[in-house]
Amino acid sequence: MAPAERIADAHPLDRLLRSDRLPHIWCPGCGLGPIMNCYVQAMLDSSIPLERHVIVSGIGCTGRVPGYVNIDSFHTTHGRAIPFATGLKLGNPDLEVTVFSGDGDLFAIGGNHILHAARRNIDLNVICVNNFNYGMTGGQLGPTTPRGAITSTTPYGNPEEALNLVHLMAALGAVYVARWSALHVRQLERSIARAFEKRGFTFIEVLSPCPVGFGRPNELGEGLDEMRLYRLECVVDDDADLADCAIDLRAHRPLVLGEFVDIERPVYGEWEA
Amino acid sequence: MTQKAPAVLTGRHFMNGDVACAEGALAAGCTFFAGYPITPSTEIAERMAQRLPEVGGIYIQMEDELASMNCVLGAAWAGRRAMTATSGPGFTLMQENIGLGIITETPCVVVNVQRGGPSTGLPTLPGQADVMQAKWGSHGDYEVIAYAPASPQEMFDLTVKAFNAADTYRLPVFVLADEVVGHMTERVVIPDASAIPRAERPQPPFPPGEGLLYQPLDGALVPPMPPVGEGYAIHATGLTHDERGYPATSAEVHDRLVRRLRDKILRNADRIIEYEEYLMDDADVCVVSFGSSARSARHAVNAARKRGIRAGLLRLITVWPFPGSHIAVLSERVKAFVVAELNLGQVETQVQRFSTRPVLGAHHGGGEMLTPEAVLNAIEEAS
Ligand code: SF4
Repeated sequence: MAPAERIADAHPLDRLLRSDRLPHIWCPGCGLGPIMNCYVQAMLDSSIPLERHVIVSGIGCTGRVPGYVNIDSFHTTHGRAIPFATGLKLGNPDLEVTVFSGDGDLFAIGGNHILHAARRNIDLNVICVNNFNYGMTGGQLGPTTPRGAITSTTPYGNPEEALNLVHLMAALGAVYVARWSALHVRQLERSIARAFEKRGFTFIEVLSPCPVGFGRPNELGEGLDEMRLYRLECVVDDDADLADCAIDLRAHRPLVLGEFVDIERPVYGEWEA
Repeated sequence: MTQKAPAVLTGRHFMNGDVACAEGALAAGCTFFAGYPITPSTEIAERMAQRLPEVGGIYIQMEDELASMNCVLGAAWAGRRAMTATSGPGFTLMQENIGLGIITETPCVVVNVQRGGPSTGLPTLPGQADVMQAKWGSHGDYEVIAYAPASPQEMFDLTVKAFNAADTYRLPVFVLADEVVGHMTERVVIPDASAIPRAERPQPPFPPGEGLLYQPLDGALVPPMPPVGEGYAIHATGLTHDERGYPATSAEVHDRLVRRLRDKILRNADRIIEYEEYLMDDADVCVVSFGSSARSARHAVNAARKRGIRAGLLRLITVWPFPGSHIAVLSERVKAFVVAELNLGQVETQVQRFSTRPVLGAHHGGGEMLTPEAVLNAIEEAS
């Protein structure tokens, strides 16, 4: 391309991405790209110096996010991002530590850890990408798979009740709880920025299309179709009764989004000060 | 929190092995402990809970051993000297993330005060049957460093050494103690703070944005460990990674990585391996032992000498890396080996690998100390 035609030398987010690692490994239509974009944008907008931001994940598709973000980044073991991040944050309280991981990682194998980190009010940000299945492993049942949904390990439909993540996290005392979808990028970015500001355990759930693992067997179509579903079915209600906010993608009941909790509570270790 | 008490309790003390281990950690500069209580290691956690806040450090009791191990890894990356303490079943739960510590080259210390196993086994009673778990507990190819203290004094000294080895070679280092040593109370001499040796992590000689973070420094096999929060854009992953730290899951990169992880220990084995010889100069029978069993073995060697048998003791201070070449050298000189251990022959199989002489076991499955008589009987049989 002739220089005169070049609009910009680089994308504004380039310095926060490991562009030498691109293209990424995610499937076309996956929600992870826009969600990572929101995180990176929120970091750029935050008043916290970039070198103090740290990202930690477990494994799976979402677990790969730290590998693409050009900050101190840790890709740990399945389910253990939160205790690793707890050590980082307590070890160096100047760090702004964000756990960016999937629903299976955080709530199945890692369920015990998120429960106690929220209870202790460790000063961490958790961004949970909920795609309703184990994407990277090939689309198996996870703790957020809606009842009745088809996965590779529930060929007759999921017989289990799905976890209502925002309800659970609010009950455990998270100081900030929000839910958005991969379509709601402005709101998500604002929520992440708010999480950076908050002291204590914050939790953001992001509903994300997984056309390959979950969309196809459940006849949700391609990634774009799932985004369309979010546009049609999502309602924003910050004051919703969280007990009623369970997700059922096929029931045509509204998917409730919003900033549900924003409170103050003593942070772990604060009583010592 | 401001410091209320010294980290190094210089002086003579009468303390049990678990407490001495905690004091060794503090003297080494450990400021972070994450753990989950399990007998017979619990006094280490209790002592740390009491002492760390006094010296401005952090103690956190995690929800389980998996969390404890990961929390320690995170704290280590945050720049802390960090440790956890457990016993066999907890050590098992830590193994996956010990593997993460190995592949991400994260320095920290893991204390295993062994009891009788498997499973819940003998919760309050001694055993030494985690020798192979320490070596092979996690998955994949790797080498470890494991110290086996035989007294409260060594619980102190070897814990200091474990921290220094962890920082020098960048890996989780084990203190493989046992219930007898953990719960035994003896004199412990703690030197001046200035006399506590301190090794540092290799630091990158280049500023942020330059250099390869997983490229070992000239000739060494240990790459630099940049501090978090200073702009190095570290990427640490449990996946096989290249010299940038980026996932690179090919057979070639994997082989290169795991060979280096192995070689950084094996090629430095002569520097790492420690043992003590007792009456070995003219010995016909070499008793190999470690930890609390070595105390009985020493009695047995003395008793054998009184009966005219030229017995000697090779006490392993590091059980891993294993001093195989030294066993090979000794086997040129002695007529037989007796391996005295509180398990059914884990170190014995190692000695067999390197010895050209007969190797006898003086074994006990655990639950009580190995008696000097049992070792003496084996010495008599071997002589
Ligand atoms: S499997 Fe699903 S979550 Fe994973 S990259 Fe593909 S679309 Fe995204």
